[in-house]
Amino acid sequence: MKKQRPVNLDLTTIKMHPAANASILHRVSGVIMVFAIGILLLTLSISLSSAEGFAQIQGYLDGIFFKFIIFGCLSALTYHVLAGVRHLCMDLGHFEELASGNTSAKLIMIIWLAISAVIGVWLW
Amino acid sequence: MVSVVASVGRNGVHDFILLRASAVILVLYTLLLAAFFLVTPSVTYNVWQEFFACISVKVATMLSLLALLVHAKIGVWQVLSDYIKPAFLRGTLQFFFSILLLAYLLFGFSIVWSV
Repeated sequence: MKKQRPVNLDLTTIKMHPAANASILHRVSGVIMVFAIGILLLTLSISLSSAEGFAQIQGYLDGIFFKFIIFGCLSALTYHVLAGVRHLCMDLGHFEELASGNTSAKLIMIIWLAISAVIGVWLW
Repeated sequence: MVSVVASVGRNGVHDFILLRASAVILVLYTLLLAAFFLVTPSVTYNVWQEFFACISVKVATMLSLLALLVHAKIGVWQVLSDYIKPAFLRGTLQFFFSILLLAYLLFGFSIVWSV
């Protein structure tokens, strides 16, 4: 491998196109999910422990703080799944060109915002 | 260079396949839960408890927890090996997250086991 290649690692000088944004958000949402799973498992545990536990979670969900946490978890999950499916499509040879890659990136953003809005309405 | 000791599978190619195979399981499980909420107008404790008491849901949940361990282990490795350059710090974080993910697996198993 040639060692003398030009390398630019100054991210602030790089213009992020939609596909690049989709990629880094997939990574960010993945890291969020590592912690979100813990919250969701804890919620599942309490809600399944007893009728009182279930009522307790319902009570928490009436509060704005816990509602927002759960919304964040579900929104991150939605994005991670959408971007993940896009990556699987790319593994199969689709959306690999500049134009189609950017189009599919914009498409999953739109679907993500739409589903997030639905989740938001459903929770509130 | 991919170091074999840090991979979940036998090598990088195996990890590549494991990441995608576990992703498919997790997508299907997510759709299962989404479908449950879509077809259940009001989720009460009885409905919620009966859903997770169903043996097929238990198996799906435990399978997904296993897939999650593999998927997140590889994902955490990808992120850490990209951003954390000092080997000791990276190893320590890898250890911490591996334990966390194993704890998720055992915690999740114990949740569905007792329903």
